[in-house]
Order: sequence, then structure tokens, then C-alpha cells
Amino acid sequence: MGNLIAKRPLGVDPVGHGDLVLAEVDLGRVTSVAPFAGADVARVLKPLVFPAPGVVSSKGDARLVWTGRGQAFLFGAVPEGLGAVAALSDQSDGWAGLSLTGTGAVDVLARLVPLDLRALVPGQCARTTLGHMPLILIAVFGGFEVLVFRSMARSAWHEVEQALRMWGARAQC
Amino acid sequence: MRIDGKGLVDRSAPVRFTFDGVAYEGFRGDTVASALLANGVRVVGRSFKYHRPRGVLTAGSEEPNALVEVIEVGQQTPNVRATVQEIFPGLEVKSQNRWPSLKYDVMAVNDMLSPFLSAGFYYKTFMWPRKFWERVYEPIIRRAAGLGSLSGRHDEADYEKAFAFCDLLVIGAGPAGLMAAVQGARAGVDVILADENPVMGGRLLADGGEIDGRPASVWVAEVLAELEAAPNVRLMVRTSVTGAYDGGTFSALERVGLHVAARANLPRECFWRIVAGQTVLAAGALERSIAFADNDRPGVMMASSLRAYVNRYGVSPGKRVTIFANNDDARLSARALMAAGVDVAAIVDTRADASTLEDCPVYAGAEVVGTKGRHGLSAITVRHRGGEMQIETDCLGVSGGWNPLVHLTCHMNGRPVWDADLAAFVPVAGAVPGLHAAGACAGVFSTQGCLADGARVAVLALGVLGRAVRAVDAPVAEDAPYAVLPLWEVKGKGRAWLDFANDVTTKDVRLAAQENFASVEHMKRYTTQGMAPDQGKNSNVGALAVLADATGRSIAQTGTTTYRAPFSPVSIAAMGAGGRGAGFAPQRFMTSHGASVDRRAPMVEAGLWYRPSYFPKGAETTWREACDREVVMVREAVGVCDVSTLGKIDIQGADAARFLDLVYTNVFSTLPVGRVRYGLMLRADGHVLDDGTTARLGENHYLMTTTTAAAGLVMRHLDFVQQAYCGDWDVRFVSVTENWAQFAVAGPRARALLASLVSVDLPFMGCSRVEFGGVGARVFRISFSGEEGYEIAVPSRYGEALFRDLVARAETLGGGPYGMEALNVLRIEKGFITHAEIDGRTTAFDIGLAGMISARKDCIGKAAAGRSGLTGAARLQMVGLRPVMQAAITAGAHLFTPGDEVRRENDQGYVTSVGYSPMMEGYLGLAFLRDGRARIGEMVRLVDHLRDIDVLCEVCDPVFHDKEGVKLRG
Repeated sequence: MGNLIAKRPLGVDPVGHGDLVLAEVDLGRVTSVAPFAGADVARVLKPLVFPAPGVVSSKGDARLVWTGRGQAFLFGAVPEGLGAVAALSDQSDGWAGLSLTGTGAVDVLARLVPLDLRALVPGQCARTTLGHMPLILIAVFGGFEVLVFRSMARSAWHEVEQALRMWGARAQC
Repeated sequence: MRIDGKGLVDRSAPVRFTFDGVAYEGFRGDTVASALLANGVRVVGRSFKYHRPRGVLTAGSEEPNALVEVIEVGQQTPNVRATVQEIFPGLEVKSQNRWPSLKYDVMAVNDMLSPFLSAGFYYKTFMWPRKFWERVYEPIIRRAAGLGSLSGRHDEADYEKAFAFCDLLVIGAGPAGLMAAVQGARAGVDVILADENPVMGGRLLADGGEIDGRPASVWVAEVLAELEAAPNVRLMVRTSVTGAYDGGTFSALERVGLHVAARANLPRECFWRIVAGQTVLAAGALERSIAFADNDRPGVMMASSLRAYVNRYGVSPGKRVTIFANNDDARLSARALMAAGVDVAAIVDTRADASTLEDCPVYAGAEVVGTKGRHGLSAITVRHRGGEMQIETDCLGVSGGWNPLVHLTCHMNGRPVWDADLAAFVPVAGAVPGLHAAGACAGVFSTQGCLADGARVAVLALGVLGRAVRAVDAPVAEDAPYAVLPLWEVKGKGRAWLDFANDVTTKDVRLAAQENFASVEHMKRYTTQGMAPDQGKNSNVGALAVLADATGRSIAQTGTTTYRAPFSPVSIAAMGAGGRGAGFAPQRFMTSHGASVDRRAPMVEAGLWYRPSYFPKGAETTWREACDREVVMVREAVGVCDVSTLGKIDIQGADAARFLDLVYTNVFSTLPVGRVRYGLMLRADGHVLDDGTTARLGENHYLMTTTTAAAGLVMRHLDFVQQAYCGDWDVRFVSVTENWAQFAVAGPRARALLASLVSVDLPFMGCSRVEFGGVGARVFRISFSGEEGYEIAVPSRYGEALFRDLVARAETLGGGPYGMEALNVLRIEKGFITHAEIDGRTTAFDIGLAGMISARKDCIGKAAAGRSGLTGAARLQMVGLRPVMQAAITAGAHLFTPGDEVRRENDQGYVTSVGYSPMMEGYLGLAFLRDGRARIGEMVRLVDHLRDIDVLCEVCDPVFHDKEGVKLRG
């Protein structure tokens, strides 16, 4: 057979208000990493460390984001040598990534995320909800990365976009 | 009437709006109430029951009378308080509860009938004939009574919901609130100051006194400038905090776009959930009325509102004003009016020892006993020591004292306590954890007292937050003691209103007591006092005082009704913001969604997923035609179906096999690598939880599939089992449902289709990794249709491409896509279960799979499944059904033994699934029948009372198609 055409979860253009921009991001390769019992994962992970709850460990493009009990997602790196010490599951196609950056990112997300975002600074992440959707929220410089189930990407985009539009209209009021 | 040089409205910005179709002019900053009063409009609505003309009573959100409809394109908002709605160019307002017009209202005849319409009259009057209540009486009463009306259309406007967090929440921006906010701002904590008004300042703006020798409004402006400049302070105007909840959480409603003409994307309202470390409640107090005969005429207002209209809006509500009060505070209004050049005809003070030193006549020890004026007040009758006299007046300000706004302190079951000195209920400290009342809502009534109390209480709250600070010095302001002599009711002839909004009089309360509805909660429900949009803010204390008098108890003994959220009305649209239509729940789309829609497939909801129901073709006009064709297509050629919605759980680790043996009834540790096995999972109570297939991808690596419906449930179950029972086992699992798009290819030509794609030879229940043009994929030889079947999984990004490719290949083989309807018929023909059968009440024994509970090992639910009563002839067991004659049968129908009377006691079971089988040319059903397996070959009577179906059926084995599984194994 010929080559199968790959599709992005959304395939939409960025929208924004002022310097606040909502965009779809390519998450690249994503691997769920769950260290096996008693495995010396620290040695293999170096220079990354297995993150404590709510923490992101990063080095260059590689990021290890805490996603649950004994589980983290590896972004921007190939999980080389990890298979012996941790259960690895490919998640590259399971999650859709949105980024919301710029002035007002916190205010817009406060419409949908029930967390105290004052406390979420770069280097931190949270498992929470976006409206009624499961969410991996990663604080980045100037904003957030919003990761939702691929199947829910359209609903997520719609909700954030709506919140952004209403926030923008308020600013003009 | 406008007063020159007074008020805080913008005189340079005239605003035109309409009321009942008549154009009026006000200024920016006016409310509908202030603008109408400025234009001399006195009657603004008709009362709830008696349709009496009513005017503006207050100047705040507590307004019970001046309720209007706001008309916009596509919107008709009823019961809007004219005292809250700000005017803007083009605003269209209508009076409500009147026909044909506000001035001449046909239903005003109710007022003449009032002797027959007392509290509870309909309980007594409309008892007979019984049937008439619902069909005749209630509709008539509903039409006659009531307030605003709805448009009858969906509310398509934008609303918002939001979360906010702070260290210190200050509710109310009057003197106490402003001081508390300043204290928090200077301490460096995150402060939210919320106030329901468009301008902060509270009574400082309404009362118009002095602070530090300068007008109070100047001080307010300075404080607000400091707060606005502070980066740690968030000012929320037009935001009413409506409820107090656990963990320092408060609900609040913000009027975002209701004060301007509608514009794109601007939400009308925002429903906030504010979480605060500590909270200062500075909600203030509400003036209460005194009940006297005909005290509801337009022109009778709260005394404090008179000075609010003068000082905030530069409006005098009357030309010749009188005051009726039992306290000193009301005199501020008389003085403010006189200072503005308004004639004050008299102050009627109920206290015999009251000072008579004012620039107007003062009648001490006097009472207002009646009023006159058809469409508005024209005179009052005053009874004093010398007898009775009439005073001509078009506006009477009434004050019966002040009630602290204790509401939020009572939202977590607290009750306020009676303070005899204040003659008012005051809050109990600690009734809501972390919430501290300050100022007037705590019973501190002087301006100076409120300023100091706000600072003091904020220091207390900051101390809890770990910030030890000194109280900032309060500025100097009025500090008069609060002198009040309680008076609730002037007894005499005529009706004296307590609850204006629901038309409840003192007579109604006394009638309630007389008929032994003597508890305050019973009185409330019998008379409907306190059940109108103002929720009794204006009348509760007065009504219970009258009740106390009628029952011979004290006010403290009588107690209050329960204060519940919301403090002020909250629109459902705001609470449900974003939840209208498709916003109700997230939508989950499969990768093939677009391809299915392209083929005109109706998409049906399956949980949150959208799946194709069927794929219409050619001249087909009904779903059945398409479904029948698709079933035959799968049975005779090949069909393609997206099954990505099934849950997929990746399970790894040295103890993975052991873990699966624990959660499944059957054994998975013996499953060879590269093979798939069907598994059954029980709940701890022995009933079936879910079923599905699990593949062994490697020595310590399994891939479990769950049903679509129970994907989340099974994930939760596995998490629980692992954490609760085997936390030390080396097993790790994660959902990979979303990562893989998976398609079933089923039918006699499925193998040919697969061969055109990839070279793989799988035995039945085998699985293998394959590659499609460089893309890693998985193939499983499993079947839910009873035909030779394969499921092909690729990373989701390739899902759509693979689906289109598979369908195109199927079509060259005489096949095509099939939807949920055909899938359902195929599995019924094969006797395969879904959650229609394993609905949480059935056991493995019931569905005929008791043999799958391995005798060689334990599993979750095994012991419980063996309990007596969960097996045996008394159980309803799964069987197949076929109608004896060609007839339709239905799921949900019940089964009876032929010859038995059809009634509940003779029930033999029920039908869970039915479908029309084009292969067998008749309906097939799956059902649960008492001792069913022993009754195969017998007849049962199928009765569906809802759809009027009564059909004789033959009990069959549930597997109708290919019992030996020859086709499946190929």
C-alpha cells in the first residue's frame, strides 16, 4: 500500500487577542514512562530526574512531565535505554497540544481550569480539568501548554477560544 | 425630580431609554429607578396577587417592587430590579404583571376580592372537584398571579463561568469593606474586593456625610485610587457574592454586559467561584419597614433610599416629603432632602421622647395609620397624642430600623442571634470558617464604627494568614449612637403589607398563626412570605415579629427561617455558562468522523463519542434498509467499522500476568505471546463489571481492551485493585485508547482484504505487529460479528487515512462500511453481550459464562459470585427469543408464562436487546428469563405495556448464527 497520510488532531490556525495567542502545537514524540518496582531509573534518566508530583524536569528540548502516580510523560526525546527500567507506552498520538501564551493567559484559563494558577509557574504542571475534560496543564514561559485527549481536541479548542473571545470583549468594555 | 448640583451621575452624558414604549432621559450612572423617579414616574409595576400599583421602594439590590422586563433582540429578561439595572442608550424596559396597561390593569379586580384571597385560600377553595385543580384552577391562578414573563425562546447569548483565588476576600465596599481592603493591600496579600454596585463606596456615597472633614465621596475616591494602583488588589464591581460554601469557596454573580447595549462576545453575566484564604464580610445592613394600613402605595419608600437618590443620583423622589421612623437615623434623609431644597412636610417619630429639633415639623410619639392616593401617594393620616390629622405628601420615607445582612454567615447552617439593644439579628462568629463579619453587618452602625471595625477585622483575618500587622488609623467620621425603639406594626383597620413582592400582609401572618402554622418555617410556606425574588430581605424580620406577637412568643424564641444561597437572584444561564446545546458535555470524535460524515452517516452519541449509526446508500430511505444491507454485506462479503472507542489499556511489568489473573475470572498467565483471549471481569460483589479481549504482546506486556461504555470504569477499577490489594506488585498500566485508531474488518472476504494490504497469516485469536508503508501497526484476529474478523490498529494520526483506504478496498470486494445498527444486529445474531446485558445486576452465571470463573485460581469477585442466591434456577438467565409469528418485539418488554395473568407478581423476566435479522428474516431478542436455560424450546409471552406489544415467543439458545463458530475460525 501507499503511504498513509498523517493528520494533526485539529489542523487549525492560531487565534488571539492582542499578544495573547491560542495555537495548536506539535507535541512531537510523547512517551509514558512508569518506572518498574525497584529499578534504578535515576541513572538512566540523567540529566533528567523522575519528577515529583506537579513538577517538570527538563534539559534542553527534553522534558519529563509528571502525569500521575509513578508516571511521567517524556517529550522531546527518544526514550533510549529506558525500556529495561520502566514501562514505556507511546502516547504521541493520544494527546492534542494547545498553547496559550501572552497577556491574559491566566485570566482566560481561569474560565475553565479550577486551579489556583497563581501558584503554577514554569517548571510546574498539573493534572486537572479543562471544563469537563481531563487535562495535563504545563506552565511555560509566558503561558501554558494545554494537553487534552486527541478525541476531545475540538471541544477543548472551542472552549478555550470562546473564553478568549469573551475575555477580549471584556477588555474592550 | 432632578436636583441641581447633587448626585454622582454624569450630567454631561444624557442617556435616552424607553419604559413601556415611552422615551425618557436620564444620565450616565442612573439606574432605571432613579431615572424614572427623576422623570416623575411613580407607578412601575403591579403587585403579585392583588395587582395593586407599585412604585420604587428602595435604592438597592433588595428591591421587591420595581421589577421590570428588559427587552433586547432575542432576549426578554423578567424580574429585573429597576434599582440595579443601569440605563444605557437604547435600553428598552417594560412593566410586568399587568394587562392591558400599567395604569388600567384588568386583574386589579383581585384587589376587590382580597377578603376571599387571603393566605392559603386556594388550598381551601379549590378542593372540589378534584380533577379541576390541575386543569382549571391552577392555570387560572398561575395566569392571574406571577411577575415577569419569558420570551419562550432559547437564551442564545454568551455567559461566562470563572474561578478566582485570593488570600483575602472582602465582600462589600462600604466603609468597613474599603478599610479592610486597604489593610489587606498594604499587608501585601492578594485581595479581592467585590461589590454589587457599579461604583464602590456603599453607604458612604448614599449617605453623603463627611470623612476627615471632607465629603465622604472624596475619601472613597482616594481609597479606590490606592487600591486600583496596588498590583495585589482586584476590584470586582457589579459582583454580588451570593453564597458561602466549604473550604473558603464563595459563589458570585458579576453583571458583565448588562449595563451596556449587547455586543459580540461580551458575556452578559459571569458566575464566579472565588476561593479565599480568609474573608471579611462587610455586606452592610438593610433598612426595614413598618407595617401600617396601605403602606404599599407608590411614593411610600424606605427612608434611607430617599437620601441615596439625592446624594447618588441627584433625584428627589417627591416634592413634599414626609418621614415615618422609630429611630434617629431616618432624620439624615430629612436633612439631606431639606439641604437639597426639597420640602419636608413632617417627621412622624414613634418615640414619645424623640427630639423635635429639626428644620421641619416633628411629631413625637406619633404613627402613620393610613395613606391615600389611587395611583400614588397623596396624603397620610397621622395619629398623635392630640388625635388624627392628614398631611398632604407625595412621598413617605419609612424606617423601622436596620437589619444587618447576616445572610452569608448563615449559609453553612449557622443561625443569627437576637440583639435586644439593636432590635436586630446579628451574626455568630465562626458560623462560616474563615469568614469574619465587620461593620454594619456585624451590628456596628456608625460610620466611624464601621471604618474602625473594617480595619480591626481585617487585621484579625491577616493574622490567620500569618501576617501580623497593625490596624491603620481610621479617619474621623460620624459616630452617633444608634437609637431605635422597636416597632413592627401599626395596628388598625386596613391591610398592612409586610412582603411587597408576594403581597403578604400582617393579616396573612396572623391567619397562619391562627390556623396553627405557628412555626416561622410553616408561616413562611403558608403565606409565601419571603419566597419572592427578594427572598424576604425586606420582610423576614418584620413578619416574624408579627408572628411572635400573634403567638405570644419573643422574637428570639420565634427565630428566623433558614438563610440559603443565593443572596440575590442568579440566572440559570450564568450558572450553566457554556453548557447550552453541544456545550453540555465534551464531544469525542473518532479519526474517521469526517469520512463517515462525508458518507452522510447519521452520527449517534455513545457516551461522549459520536459513532456512525449507518451509512445510507442509493435510494434507501430508512435506517432499517441501510442496516439490513450492511448486515448482509458483512455476512456475505466484508464490512469495515471504526472500533477505536473501545478502551485500550497498556499493561506491563513482571507481575502483569499475575495482575490480570487477579482481575479477570479466567487465566491470562498461560496465554502465549502473540495470542488474544476473551476475558470477563467481576466487581467485588460478584456481578459482571466488563468484558473484552486482552492480547499478550510480550512476555511482560499485555494490551487489554474494554467496552466503550466501561473504559473509564475499568481503568478506575484497575487503579483501585492495584493500589488497594497489590501495591507492591510490579505492574504498570496506562490508557492508550486515544493513541490508536482501530478498525474491524469482518466477513468472508476479510482475509482477502487484509492480504491486499499486508502479508500476515494469523490463527483465530492471534495478534501480530505489522508495517504499512513504514507505519507500525497491530493486527488482531478477533470478531464481534461472528464472521472471520480482524482488527487493525494504527497510531491515531493515520486513522482517517487507513479508514478511507480500508473502505475503498472493501468496496472493490463487494463490501463497505457498517455502522452501530448493523454491529448490534450482528452481535445479537451471535449472542454476544454488551452493557445492555451486563448492566451491573447480572452475574457470570446469568449470562451463561459461569464456566469462565477459573477453579484453579482466585479473582476479584469470585467468592462473592458463589453466594447463594447468585446462581440457580431462581435466577433470570440469558436466553434468545424469536417471535412465533412475524412480529416486532422490543427491548424493555417483560416476559410471562402463557396462561398466567399479566401482572407484576407473575413477571418471568425482561428483554435487553432486539434487532431485525435479515439473515433469519425475523426479529431476534436477548432476554433474561427465570430459569431460562431450562426453558429453551418453551413459549413465553412478551408484553410491552408502553408500546402496546403482546407477542408469543419461542425461548432459544442465545447464539442464533453459526453456533459452532466455523465461520469465525475460518
